[in-house]
This record gives sequence, structure tokens and C-alpha cells, in this order.
Amino acid sequence: MLMPAPDSALLKRRGEFLNALRAIVPGEGVIDDHASLAAYECDALLAYRQRPMLVVLPETVEQVSQVLAYCHQVGLKVVPRGSGTSLSGGALPLEDGIVLALGKFNRILEVDLANRCVVVQPGVTNASVTDAVSDKGFYYAPDPSSQIICSIGGNVAENSGGVHCLKYGMTSNNILGVELVLMDGSILRLGGKHLDPQALDLLGLICGSEGLLGVVTEVTVRVLRSPETQRALLLGFADVESAGACVADIIAKGLIPAAMEIMDKTAIHAAESFVHAGYPLDVEALLLVELDGPPVEVDHFVDMVSATGRKFGAVSTRLSNSEAERKKFWAGRKAAFPAIGQISPDYYCVDGTIPRRMLPRALREIAELSEIFGLKVANVFHAGDGNLHPLILYNADLQGELERAEAFGAAILKLCVELGGVLTGEHGVGVEKRDLMEVQFTQTDLDQQQRLKCAFDPDGLLNPGKVFPTLHRCAEQGRVHVHRGEMRFPDVERF
Amino acid sequence: MRAVWKPENVSAVQSSVNDAIRSGYSLEIVGNGSKRQLGRPVDASITLDVSGLKGIQLYEPEELILVVAPGTLLSDVNSLLESHGQHLAFEPPDYGPLWGQAGDRGTIGGAIMSGRGGPRRLTAGAARDFMLGVKAINGSGELFSAGGRVVKNVTGFDLPKLVTGSFGTLCVVVELTLKVLPKAPESATFVLCGLDVDEASTVIQDVFRDMTAQVSSAAFLPMDIACHSSVAEIQSMGESVTLLRLEGFGLSVMTGLDELSKVFRQSASTKILDKELSKVLWKEIGGAHYFALGESPLWFLSVPPACGAHLGKRLAQELNGRFFFDWAGGGIWFETPNNMDADAFRIRQLLAEVTGNDGHATLIRADERIRSVVSPFQPLPQPLALMNQRVRLQFDPDGVFNPGRMYENIHAD
Repeated sequence: MLMPAPDSALLKRRGEFLNALRAIVPGEGVIDDHASLAAYECDALLAYRQRPMLVVLPETVEQVSQVLAYCHQVGLKVVPRGSGTSLSGGALPLEDGIVLALGKFNRILEVDLANRCVVVQPGVTNASVTDAVSDKGFYYAPDPSSQIICSIGGNVAENSGGVHCLKYGMTSNNILGVELVLMDGSILRLGGKHLDPQALDLLGLICGSEGLLGVVTEVTVRVLRSPETQRALLLGFADVESAGACVADIIAKGLIPAAMEIMDKTAIHAAESFVHAGYPLDVEALLLVELDGPPVEVDHFVDMVSATGRKFGAVSTRLSNSEAERKKFWAGRKAAFPAIGQISPDYYCVDGTIPRRMLPRALREIAELSEIFGLKVANVFHAGDGNLHPLILYNADLQGELERAEAFGAAILKLCVELGGVLTGEHGVGVEKRDLMEVQFTQTDLDQQQRLKCAFDPDGLLNPGKVFPTLHRCAEQGRVHVHRGEMRFPDVERF
Repeated sequence: MRAVWKPENVSAVQSSVNDAIRSGYSLEIVGNGSKRQLGRPVDASITLDVSGLKGIQLYEPEELILVVAPGTLLSDVNSLLESHGQHLAFEPPDYGPLWGQAGDRGTIGGAIMSGRGGPRRLTAGAARDFMLGVKAINGSGELFSAGGRVVKNVTGFDLPKLVTGSFGTLCVVVELTLKVLPKAPESATFVLCGLDVDEASTVIQDVFRDMTAQVSSAAFLPMDIACHSSVAEIQSMGESVTLLRLEGFGLSVMTGLDELSKVFRQSASTKILDKELSKVLWKEIGGAHYFALGESPLWFLSVPPACGAHLGKRLAQELNGRFFFDWAGGGIWFETPNNMDADAFRIRQLLAEVTGNDGHATLIRADERIRSVVSPFQPLPQPLALMNQRVRLQFDPDGVFNPGRMYENIHAD
């Protein structure tokens, strides 16, 4: 994975930058020693590492603004970072850039249940938003699996999802406003506690922009009343096709369950031996359906889902009869990743979305690719919305296996696009899928996206080298109209 | 009389845009024109009528996906979805009657480009939340795509959301991909009669905070609005009505109604409207059809829901107009008798005062003279105005599309 070549002139000025940044964020707000910088050299995509030049830990929006204005002035690149749980390398540092870590923005500023929202700083973890309102019977819906550590700021940057997003939406459907600092240090407020955007929906654009457009310093999130009841059903099937058809029929009947997850045999066995969730081991596919709402409604839905399961030949059906049992059903699914970690020295998690009806074909072709690449794969799948998470098993100590795993992952993502889907459902493009963007988009499509970068960060200093396979040059003075034929920049630097 | 170009397919739209760019023309993009009078009057050389781009290109109910050309009638989209038990959950409103037009003339393109949501927007999300993908032609004449045809996607910048509600000021949309959802089989409306606006607001907040009934929409119609309802049960009541809509499976709706009845029957006289009456009632609320007979300036204010009652009351008292609120207070409709400047300054001042500057007021209906002197879209603070302008230039550098529709053009040169 190639990143923009470091600028040696900038590397030489490290001491000067350190002093200037310390003047803005005094005390321990700037990290410069080699050992401490190591803690920031990667996010949760462990395969890529780069020690940053410096790490800055501001505590106020004024400091963020001043740091960015200073970096803008001297041409220093900035990589924003929340909790560093990105699975696509969104927070991978640059050798000639600083990391701007928002961890000290960790306060919940306001709980406003009359307007059903909570105002938080971006370093607050996803789970603590729910903790702040759960005693009043409310919760924050998006629940990425890293929710105990991942930050709301990172969730906004990545437009994070989770297992419940078919029914409750992703981050962008659950935030009402942000305070945003631009690369030149100016501060914008987008949205608030009101519902609809004023003028263009810049909030919609910011969410999921992977730290390329601005740094979020405050977020207003919508909270919902916690469901009265939650129950889970485990349905075992003799083949994956039947499980997929069952999901399609549930939706066709007009039901959107809180969650629908499919696991294949490898994933079932790994999860069962790891947490003993009571999963059946004699099935090819396991469908976990969660239903929530008022008890009468949940009972009704449970009957509907059970009947649909029978119709599609479910060979086993279990219903959670207590909260403990429901959690146990989930324990296996939630432990699927670490469980794979038990049966393989390393694993690589892929994240593409396909139209759900393509599931049988996708799994068949993934199995064929598994033969070709000589690496095993386990499949877990957010079945309701078609978001596929194949886990490729490999051993990084063996020469060439990481590269093979990556090539296998890329082949799966290309397959997702071929089947009418997309490269990433919830983990983001980052550096990981950057060079595959041309598989899904034409150059014209990418140019239109990248031009937005010129509106927010014309010098390309915020998180460069992420999302787009080429750096984009912005025309001078905001005049960005470049006539056709001149768009392609034949001499453009490719990573 | 301005020339009208009416391309019938995507490549003809692209040629039209390229012709306009070459000739230095600007274009006003229209569908069926049901919301054409919303916003600033557009000063363009040519009218680009895209209502010829029609048709459902793909509908996969089990995938929750609809791909449609922008000129397709919204009513056709609704009927198709209805026949599969699905709908557009954000409930796009029909504003045509506000300008004396017949109802149901709007296109899906107009619904998305205006970005407006109806009563269910409160709990189900806005138009932008259901926009998954877009194909469009930018101001350099290039056809581009963004988003995808699946319901879960974070690949690249979210241009489909940005395009939603942009009133044709960024690009000419030629194809839309939308997320559709199953429609609840049953619905009913619980009516509390005779509350004042503050009591209504308290009831609604209590319902959302403490009760398990799944309320999808909540509105308050003062007596002088309720008496214009086309639903006889509401019209004849002679009192204000506080309205709570329940939607879901039969049993859930019944259980919810029971809960509401138990809690409120002591403190107010109540009524229940069945599914058919509910449908009529919430459609007229979404389109603010109570104001359809008048021509006075009409505003929509988007504010934090808990501010709605107080702001609505003050607007009505201080400016001598009529209001009602939807979205649990988050959306206020206000009609002012002031035909000079539509009270723009005073309305925005009151909004800022009551909400602490959290929200905005949009002039939905006013004659052309007022819309040229008063900004129908709330003026933006300077850094935000600049950013809107910069973003717009990245799509349409020469200002070809709908010049001035949202804001007066500031030229970037």
C-alpha cells in the first residue's frame, strides 16, 4: 500500500512544528517521543503502520482551530483520529504529518430528552451515549461492534453502522448536528436540534467523509426510547440458499426485524467452540433474527418468523425465553471475530454489500476463490441489508500470506461490485479499499466526489492518501472548472 | 416568453446541458412545476423540462430498492409501492394545492430535489435518509453516478444526500435510487380535543418520553385550523385537536390506543380516527392544505420540537396570523396576513429568540415580488454561506442550473 511520498523539507522542520504546536496546546498536549508515538502508528487495520511526526491532543475547539490554521499556514498534513478502531486504515498516520487525536473531547455536554437528543464531544464513546440516557429508558441506536471503545467522532467520520441498522439506520440517519472545524481553522455549525437541514445538506456530506473534509468537535445525536421487549430466534438451515430465501420472505411479508444475521458453517463452529452459545453444529447456515417492540407485536412477529422458517425448511428453531438466553444467542455472533482468531493465527475481515438475492452466488464464488487463493474463509453476514463480512484466515508469519489474503479480499470486493453491490457497507474505504474505488466508480464519478475536497480543503492537507486512488488538484481561486480532456491529469501521482 | 427544451432521454438531457454551456445559457430545471413557486424566482435563459424522463427502472421489493426516472409521477410511484405493501416512509407532501393547483401532480424528482418530508418524517427520517444513489449531469456536462443500489453503503462521499433538497442548484438528476420500506398494515389516530398549545406540547412530550405506544406522527391543530379540515370528525368539533398517529400491525395499534385512552381519558375528551380517515387527515397536514384557499404568505419553520408550541403561539399573537405544528412541534406552519414583506425579519428574529438560533424559517408561498426581495430560504451566517457557494461551484462552476433559486448568486471570480 503506497502512501503519498513524505516531504523531506517538512521532516526537517519537525522541531519548529513541535514548538509552535506546544505554544497552542501546552503541557502534555503534544507527543513527540518515539516510544509514545508508537501507540498511534496504526488503527484496527493492523497490517499498515506508520509512526506520525507528532501527535497533538487538543482539549478545546479553539485549540483545534488554531492547530489546523497553523498546519494550513505551514502546509503540514493532518490525520484526525478518534479511538483508532477503524477497520479500513482511516486513521493511518503519515510520516510527514501530525495526528490530531480527539480523545480529550470526552464530555457529554447535554441530555435533552424533551427534544430526544444528546449533545456530546466527539471523543465520547458510542456506548456511553446510551449509558447517559438508559436510566430514562432511552438509547442511541447505531451499535458498531466496537461500541465500547469507538468514539462518536469516529462514527461520524465513518458513518458507522452495526447489526441494527436495517431498522434503525446508520450514524448519518441518527445525528442532527455537528460543529466542524475546517482545515483553515474556521468553525462551522451544521444542523442543531431541529430536524431538517438549512440550505445544502452539508451534514449528510460530512458524515462518512472519513476525515477528509473537516474535524468534528461536537455532535448532536438523536436518541430513541428503548424497546419494551427484545427476543431472538435461531434458525438452522441445511443450506445457505434457504436461509437467504427466508430473509427475503420475512421482508416481503412487511417485517423489518431489529437484526438479521447469517453465519456459515465455519463461523458457527468457531463461535460455538469459543463461547458455547448452544448453536446447532449440524447445519450449513444459521440465521439469527432479533425482534423488538411492544410484547404483543414481538409475539406476533415471532410467530411470523417461525412460520417463515418452517416454510423454507429450517431444520432447527429456538426462541430466546429470557434476556440471558437472548444474550447467549448473540454472544456467539458477537464473538465470531475473536472466535476465528482462535482457529487461525490471523484473519482479515472483508466488508462489502451485495443485493441480498445474490447471496447464494456470492458464497459459491467466495468458496471458489478460497480454493484459488488457498486460504480458508468464514462468512458472517448482516443478512437484512446485504452486508457481507467474509473473514479470511491466514498466517502473517508465513511468507506472502498477508499479500495473498489481501488479494483474496480484493477479489471478494470486486465480486460484490460485479453482483450489483458496493465495496464497503460500513467499514469505510480508508487506505484499505482506496485502490479499488475505480472498480465501482468511473473517473468522472470520482472527480465529482473529489472536487468536494476543494471546497473544504483545497490544499489537500486533511487525511491525504485515503479514500481516493489519486490526489486531486484543485484549480486556483475556487475556479474549479476544468474542461474535459484536461481532467485526467496524466501525470498525477498514483499511490 | 422563455424557450422550453424538453429532452426525452438521458443523452438528450446531456446534450441540452452541453448546448447551454456552449451558448452561455442558464437553465431553469422543472418537472411538473408543482413546487416551482417555492424559492426565489429563477432568472434563466431556458426552461429545461425533464418531465419526459419517466419510468420505473427497477423495483425489487425484497431488496427494498426502487430505481426511478425523475419525471415519474409521485402518485404512480406511490401506487406501485402500495400494491406491494410498501411506501416511501418519509411521506413526501403534496404542496400543489397551496398554489391552487390540482393535487398529486408532483414528480418523484421534485419530491427529492425539494427534500421535504411529511408527518412521518418525525420518526422515520427525511427524504435524504432514503436516497441511496443518484445519476446526474453536472455543470460541466458530465454524467456522473454516486451512491449505490444497495441499502447499506459507505463507499465514497455521500453525494445522494447532498443532492437531496438542493432544488436543482447542483446538477440535473436523471435517475434516483431510493430505499423503500414495508408499509404498516394498520393505522389510527388518537385525538385529544380542546387542549391549548402548551398542553398539547406537554402531552406529546410525555407520550414520547414515557409511553410505549408507537406514535409515528404528532401534530396540533388550533381551532381556527381544525375547522378547515376535510375530515368531518375534525372539522365539526369546534375545538383544537392534538393528534397522535399510531402505525403498525393490528394488535400493536390496538394496544397503543388502549394505553393512550387509559392515560388521557380522565383529562381530555378523546376520539379515535380509523385508518381511512387517518390517511386523509395526515395527507392534508403534510401538505398544509388548510391554507390552500388563501394566498397570504405561508412559512414553514424547522425548530427543536420542544420549542414549537411557544414559538407558534408567539407568531400567531404578535403577527396576527394562523399556525399549526407538526413533527411534535419541530415543524411549524405559519400564515401571515402581511403581504408587504411576509414578516420575514420578525419571524426569523422570533425564531432566533425562542430557539437560541437553532432552526430556520422557509417562505413556502408568497407572490413573486415578495420572493425577489425577501430570501425564501433563511440567510446563512457568513462562513456557511461561503461553504454552500463553494460546494455549489464544485458541481456547477458557471452557475448554469437554477441560478438564484436558493440564494442570490455570489460569483466566485
